[in-house]
Amino acid sequence: MPAPAERRIIFKHIDEEGYSNDIACYQKHGGYDVLQKAVTEKPEDIRDEVKKSGLRGRGGAGFSCGLKWSFVDRKSGKPIYLVVNADESEPGTFKDRYIIHQDPHQLIEGTMVSCFANDVKQAYIYIRGEFPEGARILERAIQEARDAGFVGKNICGTDYSCDIFVHRGAGAYICGEETGLIESLEGKRANPRIKPPYFPAVLGLYQCPTIVNNVETLCHVKHILEMGADEYLKIGTPNNTGTRIFCVSGQVQKPGYYEYACGEVTIGQLLNDVCGGPLEGRQFKAVIPGGSSAKILRFGETFTIKNKDGTEKTLAVEDIPLDFDSLAACGTMGGSGGVIVMDDSVNMVEALANINAFYSHESCGQCTPCREGSLWMKKISSRMVHGEARPEDGELMVSVANQIAGRTICAFGEACSWPTQSFVAKFGDEFKTYNEDKKSRAADSLELV
Amino acid sequence: MNLKPETLTRIDEVITHYPQKRSGTLPLLHLIQEDVGFVSDEAVEWIAEKLELQPINVFEVITFYPMFRRKPIGRHHIKVCRTLPCALAGGYKTCSKFESEFNTRRGEISPDGEVTIEFVECLASCGTAPVVLIDETLHENVGEARAQEISDQMKAEAAKRG
Repeated sequence: MPAPAERRIIFKHIDEEGYSNDIACYQKHGGYDVLQKAVTEKPEDIRDEVKKSGLRGRGGAGFSCGLKWSFVDRKSGKPIYLVVNADESEPGTFKDRYIIHQDPHQLIEGTMVSCFANDVKQAYIYIRGEFPEGARILERAIQEARDAGFVGKNICGTDYSCDIFVHRGAGAYICGEETGLIESLEGKRANPRIKPPYFPAVLGLYQCPTIVNNVETLCHVKHILEMGADEYLKIGTPNNTGTRIFCVSGQVQKPGYYEYACGEVTIGQLLNDVCGGPLEGRQFKAVIPGGSSAKILRFGETFTIKNKDGTEKTLAVEDIPLDFDSLAACGTMGGSGGVIVMDDSVNMVEALANINAFYSHESCGQCTPCREGSLWMKKISSRMVHGEARPEDGELMVSVANQIAGRTICAFGEACSWPTQSFVAKFGDEFKTYNEDKKSRAADSLELV
Repeated sequence: MNLKPETLTRIDEVITHYPQKRSGTLPLLHLIQEDVGFVSDEAVEWIAEKLELQPINVFEVITFYPMFRRKPIGRHHIKVCRTLPCALAGGYKTCSKFESEFNTRRGEISPDGEVTIEFVECLASCGTAPVVLIDETLHENVGEARAQEISDQMKAEAAKRG
């Protein structure tokens, strides 16, 4: 079955000819209408609408946005903060970059509506340090919105006031983890906080109730209010509502970003019909469907998952619908929507060595299993590639990974373990025969580590 | 500290963005590094005093975040993405090309003082891999040939400057 047409809501104006990132262009396309209407409504009604829409966070965990907002301690008497997570750092993910560069006012409007709904008086956009231009664009756009009365004092002429400031990170992946991000915003090392007691909704930024939402998530809020939760619910599948932006990278004809209703396309449709299939003379070998920490899928493997009526069905990798629940049922995750494709020219030991180098570099170092374990996995996989691989190395790395996941303060422990666990589980033979395989390969083959 | 008046203005402004001064640590480090080129011992002390912190509070932040540096670098900073999607598209060859063009190795200042080349982790532009961030400009689809072109341009500009 060929892939359906893209359904662009968040990316509607991305790459559109003549669309610019200034406020005049945004307002010409109906921008800030939602905010002007929202500030005349009751905040709790907006929160109810978002809850009803079923919106799930687009940053990686897929947690219900409405539920997250409902946890906010509104009786503490302390100010409530909203922090936009624009740290976009999961390898394979590059959607927020385009929103920030090409349609920053969409993010600002979504942020302001969400601030109003949650009685927030101060918001911060935490943008990764590697987006210097993005930070400048956002600062300019916020100033434009301030001048137009959409940010700052007396928004849209009401007595509601809320400002936004841009805060730049400095190259640390862990700042994408919400409590690490909060520590970083407080001017410290981004060591994630332990939960309980430090749930951001209760004890977040400056020990005040804090909401941390991903860029794309906040953009969705704007569109939910624009079309109404009932209409939004019609997009996607139950429990997987709205659209998703898939960022496709790696060895495929047409990498890039594509927006579809959740669950409307399968992996096969996305990679073959939309992205034009594998490179000339190659075949797909594996795909990581939700950012580099998601468990890898091997083309050729099948999954038996339960239908809603209790019956079972068997799916090939190509048949898996790209939604949160289907991917979870197949043992991986939708994560941040970063789809990394590898073909038969790639050696999986080397691909894992690349990923392990990333995670060992990015561990914050706070928890011993993660700090030491991620480094050991890197050292073992690098030794395999650059020195002598031993047939038992794959199992050795898995034994390390198994002692990290579940034993750390934050989910980085899982993020750094899942690649090793899944690569070895699905490509175990390549780990056993790496030395022989390497000898038989061309000397100029792809270098990954 | 000998900082540009504009930097000092921006520093005083940015501190007002936060209810707690300590939040100014990363913004101040960025501003000073952009002005001076790196973060010296003097800068650490200066920031600590400005934000009413101990120098160690600033120092531990510098050592945590990869973007802050304690030493000067070349005139231009070439950051080649090393992470998987870029590596799958030939990022290692791109990096080697820059190194050979400028006769230097990763992490060192080139002999002519023009560049410092570094491998960095994901730059979040995986759809146009391999990508390279030169100073504040992102370059996309930088294979070996494109790396050659960019190097030639940079060298031509350096020659013009004399």
